[in-house]
Amino acid sequence: MSESSAAPLRTADGVPLKVSLRRAVRRSRIKALLLVAPLLVFLIIAFVMPILEMLWRSVDNPEVSTHLPRTVSALEGWNGESLPDEAAFAALAEDLRQGQQERNLGLLSSRLNYEKSGMRSTISRTARRVGSLEPPYRESLIETNDTWGELDTWKLIKREASPYTISYYLSAIDRQLSPDGEIVKVPEHMQIHATLFWRTLWMSAVITGLTLVLGFPVAFLLANLPMRHSNLLMILVLLPFWTSLLVRTTTWIAILQSQGVLNDVMVALGVIADEARWQMIHNKMGTIIAMTHILLPFMILPLYSVMKTIPPSYMRAARSLGGKPFLSFRRVYFPLTIPGIAAGGILVFILSIGYYITPALVGGQSGRFITNYIAYHMQTSLNWGLAAAIASILLFVVIICYLVFNRLIGVDKVKLG
Amino acid sequence: MKISINNRIAKTGVAALGISALAVAVSAHAQQTLNIVSWGGAYSMSQHEAYDKPWMEKTGDEIVNIDRSGNALAGLRAQSQAGNVTWDLVDMLPADAMIACDEGLIEPLDHDELLADAPDGTPPSEDFVDGALGDCFVASIVYSNIVAFNSEMFPEDDQPSTIEDVFDLENYPGKRALLRKPINNMEWALIADGVDREEVYAMLETEEGVQRAFDKLDTIKNEVIWWEEGAQPPQLLADQEVAFASAYNGRIFNAMVSENQPFEIIWDAQVFELDGWVVPTGKLDKVKDYLHFATDTQRLADQAQYISYGPARKSSSELVSTHAETGIEMTPHMPTYGPNFETALQKDDLFWADYNDELTQRFNAWLSQ
Repeated sequence: MSESSAAPLRTADGVPLKVSLRRAVRRSRIKALLLVAPLLVFLIIAFVMPILEMLWRSVDNPEVSTHLPRTVSALEGWNGESLPDEAAFAALAEDLRQGQQERNLGLLSSRLNYEKSGMRSTISRTARRVGSLEPPYRESLIETNDTWGELDTWKLIKREASPYTISYYLSAIDRQLSPDGEIVKVPEHMQIHATLFWRTLWMSAVITGLTLVLGFPVAFLLANLPMRHSNLLMILVLLPFWTSLLVRTTTWIAILQSQGVLNDVMVALGVIADEARWQMIHNKMGTIIAMTHILLPFMILPLYSVMKTIPPSYMRAARSLGGKPFLSFRRVYFPLTIPGIAAGGILVFILSIGYYITPALVGGQSGRFITNYIAYHMQTSLNWGLAAAIASILLFVVIICYLVFNRLIGVDKVKLG
Repeated sequence: MKISINNRIAKTGVAALGISALAVAVSAHAQQTLNIVSWGGAYSMSQHEAYDKPWMEKTGDEIVNIDRSGNALAGLRAQSQAGNVTWDLVDMLPADAMIACDEGLIEPLDHDELLADAPDGTPPSEDFVDGALGDCFVASIVYSNIVAFNSEMFPEDDQPSTIEDVFDLENYPGKRALLRKPINNMEWALIADGVDREEVYAMLETEEGVQRAFDKLDTIKNEVIWWEEGAQPPQLLADQEVAFASAYNGRIFNAMVSENQPFEIIWDAQVFELDGWVVPTGKLDKVKDYLHFATDTQRLADQAQYISYGPARKSSSELVSTHAETGIEMTPHMPTYGPNFETALQKDDLFWADYNDELTQRFNAWLSQ
């Protein structure tokens, strides 16, 4: 008897129940996995991998070590106090000779030119003449180009020989490495990125605030009007949402520009003089107005979905218990909408710090965001390392915002519908 | 008008005879599609009329124009990194060509081997103007960055004429539209401040020189509207939003003759540069016949019927005739025309290859101050 009670339960075909159950669970797990597999693969290819690649690019520094291998090894024991010896110069001449033959010195010279203006032509000019140079290379290289006689040039090569660099990150926050390897601020007339990061953050905060102030009453009406009216209102909210972003942005240009609709009306009404038209676009104001309008639905919709779930009886109860309208609103209704405010706020804020096309079109010079500089470094200056570093910093900022948000409000409280 | 067209047909006829020998040589040539990257607008149109149409007629090839020259270097890099180069021939600036050549993105060219001789037998290396042939580059035009103004905005007896006038807000008030880049603006600022044009680039290599240029630009900064697309300056001038605008000379010419705009070009201190072809690595065999055709003497001269950019071949200059639509004599509108060229400055590509990154960052920081 005791034996049978210890024996495991079995299914009809004699397999222990535990094993059978495990199999069934595994089977359904595989099924579930297969169902989400297309999305998973898509996300990995289109989202995770590019982000990893971007993070990699922001620190990747292969140029010097790949293209000047002999020079790098000749500089290994160099103390950096005086010009390196003949061996290092000879190694450089050999590296440049090979690079010139294989025509692959371009990335190296661009890389060094980021750190020290003038390196691009130094390398290309030297490489063109390196075939005819005679030893001793120390003299002949310095004669070809003075830059090789500067201690800083060699310090730079030794420093950038490392396969990883933080110099893109430094340059993204207006810092640089001095020749001696200390982190210093770049001269004031070169500082631009830090200003842009701050501008992006505070303007995004203002835009978030404005969408909340404008969106809250609309969402309240949407949630509380009779169905007939609220449907119409909902369409008015959704219609711009369905309109192309570019159309909405360019419409603001037509309305706000100095020869635009609003200024014309104001001049016709005699509110302003013809010579003193308001400058409302191609500056910060243009960016804030256009982006507030474009992002408004992202605030209204989460707010609406939360307000819809608040029973009207709560407010009636508050009123009947003697609360004045404002007090009942502040103590009862408002706290219940916080998950909606939080969801809309984080949505609008994160979307707006990554916004690119609207600031580019209506921001002029003063209303540009850091994202416009990422585009600039991607497309025009072709400094992809710096673009990656700026984009990574932006990514870290978003992650920090998210963590702070999670700590203060809790992501589980967010309701989108 | 009629005469000029007949003239043109006659010329094309002669040229057609001249190239028929070549046509026989390449008659084995299979029909193909060429993806050619250029600048778009009036410029692509001039290339299309002068090179593409006769080429397509002759060979049956199809030519696809892609307007990406503004970002050609980035495009070439991206295509080469992805291992899938789809462009066959690219129109780009020599400064970009130099970088692309150093990176191995484009083919080195043996000019005398690949290009057509002048009609009198002069080899290409002697027929092209100075600096037109780079290691991987062959120029087709000389164009110029100039400042133009709307003549209606100044009294008839006191029209601006020098680059100093552009920086002179007192005598020549009004907004100025300038390119939102340091290139050209730095040079003009120094010249207007009295620097000799031979010394401009040496000066810009020093901190004092750069500071001096920014100080000069500071004097007009509040009156400047910054433009980014080549189509903007003629528009701004036409709307009288600005009194002066820096621009590419061909765009201003176009507005002057085709739209009868009252614009004038200040040729003083024009910054001229070349523009031309590069061949992405691996595409040389595919495009070398087209390249040979599109850079010969007659083709470059034909292009000047459609846009006021000077041909990069000396032998083409004599063949430059009249504007295809209006019959205007083209020669006086060319940047290389004697009186226009007296105080011209050649853009120093090596200088900008070295200092563009740094000066652009500084320029942007200066703008946002």
